[in-house]
Amino acid sequence: MSEPVIRVERIGKRYRLGEGLRHTALRNVIGDALRAPLRLLTGSSHIRNNGPGASSPVTNAGASAGMAAGSSRFIWALKDVNFEVRQGEAVGVIGRNGAGKSTLLKILARTTRPTEGHAEIHGRIGSLLEVGTGFHPELTGRENVYMSGAILGMRKAEIDRKFDEIVAFSEVERFLDTPLKHYSSGMQMRLAFAVAAHLEPEILFVDEVLAVGDAAFQKKCLGKMSEVTNEGRTILFVSHNAAAMQSLCSRAILLKDGLLIQDGPFVAVMSEYLAKSTNPSTESLWPNQSDAPGNDVIRIRKVSVHSESDHGATNLDAELITVRTPLVIEFEYWNLKPRALLNLSLLVYTEDGVLAFNTGPVTEPVWQGKPFPGGLFRSVCYLPGDLLNDGFHRLTLLVVENQAHIVYRHEDILTFEVHEDGASRKGWYGDWPGATRPALRWTTELVSPAAALQQR
Amino acid sequence: MSTAVTTSGSTGLPDVPVLRITPPSRWWVIPAGELWAYRELLYFFVWRELKVRYKQTVVGAAWAVVQPFLTMLIFSLFFGKLANIPSGGLPYPVFYYSALLPWMYFAASVQNATNKIVENQNVITKVYFPRLILPISGTVSGLMDFGISFLMFVVIMIYYRIHPGWAILMLPVFLLLAVLTALGVGLWLSALNAIYRDVRYVVPFLVQFWMFASPVVYPSSLVSARWPKWAWLYGLNPMVGVIEGFRWSLTGTGNPPGRMVLASFAAVLVVLVCGLMYFQKMETTIADVV
Repeated sequence: MSEPVIRVERIGKRYRLGEGLRHTALRNVIGDALRAPLRLLTGSSHIRNNGPGASSPVTNAGASAGMAAGSSRFIWALKDVNFEVRQGEAVGVIGRNGAGKSTLLKILARTTRPTEGHAEIHGRIGSLLEVGTGFHPELTGRENVYMSGAILGMRKAEIDRKFDEIVAFSEVERFLDTPLKHYSSGMQMRLAFAVAAHLEPEILFVDEVLAVGDAAFQKKCLGKMSEVTNEGRTILFVSHNAAAMQSLCSRAILLKDGLLIQDGPFVAVMSEYLAKSTNPSTESLWPNQSDAPGNDVIRIRKVSVHSESDHGATNLDAELITVRTPLVIEFEYWNLKPRALLNLSLLVYTEDGVLAFNTGPVTEPVWQGKPFPGGLFRSVCYLPGDLLNDGFHRLTLLVVENQAHIVYRHEDILTFEVHEDGASRKGWYGDWPGATRPALRWTTELVSPAAALQQR
Repeated sequence: MSTAVTTSGSTGLPDVPVLRITPPSRWWVIPAGELWAYRELLYFFVWRELKVRYKQTVVGAAWAVVQPFLTMLIFSLFFGKLANIPSGGLPYPVFYYSALLPWMYFAASVQNATNKIVENQNVITKVYFPRLILPISGTVSGLMDFGISFLMFVVIMIYYRIHPGWAILMLPVFLLLAVLTALGVGLWLSALNAIYRDVRYVVPFLVQFWMFASPVVYPSSLVSARWPKWAWLYGLNPMVGVIEGFRWSLTGTGNPPGRMVLASFAAVLVVLVCGLMYFQKMETTIADVV
């Protein structure tokens, strides 16, 4: 095993919460400076929001990550993070928004300083926290290649040497002497990534840069990245996009609320992360009729969503819901109005609030048009796999009487997340557009071979 | 594409730069080695600014001449011909242009450096490099305009048949003093501007006040004649030394550098060192607040 090239020890980063610095009125500072003129220079002025010199009443001991114990004016974006990365490893940093992923990367890329702890990095660093860093709209493509390259840490001679390669990779040769402001955003992105991809650092930090561009270009970028790891270089990769990371990273670090909670093989950490992130509200139960949601026609006893294979099993070890999982949505309800002609109607909304579809038990002849006696009912809706898109879904339940008026409406009765399934993506790593993602039957055939066309 | 990086494997990782990331230290050091390592980036920042500055302008770099030239005409007319300010025997155009050369450089550089951190905030939050490069580039790029407007001065000198003496050899010293003054002030203002955006509204006033506190429109002999005991205090304004030094070395007349210039040198040293300290203090948090 080779030596670790990145060693992170007890790294912590504390931010000041709320209004903070930007709104500090200049007059306060001037006042302070008049009272204690040297403080501005020598250390703990209230401008500083971190560092051991900051004279805050909060002590580190006992302060949990995320929220400092003594005062709510500070927040620990990272706390006591330890890990090592060996040469040639590709490590994915995963976690929800606000878990501290980007803060960690910023500290390692040195755009911000840690509040405590330290890190050691052996080798030349390239950081891709954003593509197009240093681009200026008034400069030409050619000039921007040099500027961006220099900012990313390339020497002029190095850019000279790789210039043709960069331009070829970017596919914007024809516009090299056009000011960047006339480029389409896609072209800007290509050029930016082309520069970044030709950095030759021993250690590369990457943050969410693949969420852009078209599929072919994404593929090219990923290819370039895996080339980088194959050459023995080290990559630390932060992304929300598990699919993209999976093809690159062998190992993952899971952050939660600023703490490192798991570190291991990518697949294991990823599935742990996904399992933990399944929404606990995939089942709700109201055992007492009196306080159950509803009205004098209907009361809800239980709603749940499971993968079809889990049906009947306990919720504890529920299988992860992916875009391919067939789902079972179950409702139990008391009918309080005997002989009512009831109908359930389910509205499925996507994360963006788009109504994906509306479904009801129209294919169930047993109860169609028949009055419901009083009592407890269970209705089950079977959603096939390959129907929902990934992301959060919200369900709204409608109970309709006599096919005419809504007697009960329950918004957001269930919320659940459908996870990405890497296998079905086929090389596309961006967002999958559309309210649903049905896998439909397609056929393709060769009607007439090219040779036959030429003969005619 | 055959060179896999295999420098490690053995212990100690030879020839590989080791970077230690630590919480900000309470001590400050001038990161001279680091600045040297990033000299090409400094060059690129200056280059970018020069490239961008006169894009989409009609007369382009001629602005570097037009501004001081028109100002010189106005000063010569109003302060010279109308107010009869003594010029020590120099033609007013020479008297004013020789002061406007360093003054315009200084004013532009201070304003330029002040905005550097805010202007480049998207770069600062994404990539590491010594932040000092930004205000430095703001003061260095002004030298281009200085050079162009200096050519105009040569023309004026030829027109008035004024020959500079040996004193002109001292000009680089005064230019250096001007650069260091602009940098020292720029360091303070750019760091302050990153946190308090009030600064950008203050700077134009500051520059205007400063001009009247410097011997741009009048000779400093006027001040030392009126308040002889306080001349050294006046000299604490580093631009006094710079402007008097320029007039003296370019035209061979006026006050040779004396105590006043020494005071200026001392003052600029203090401003610069404090500026460096303050800037470095801010550097550690700039990405978090900018």
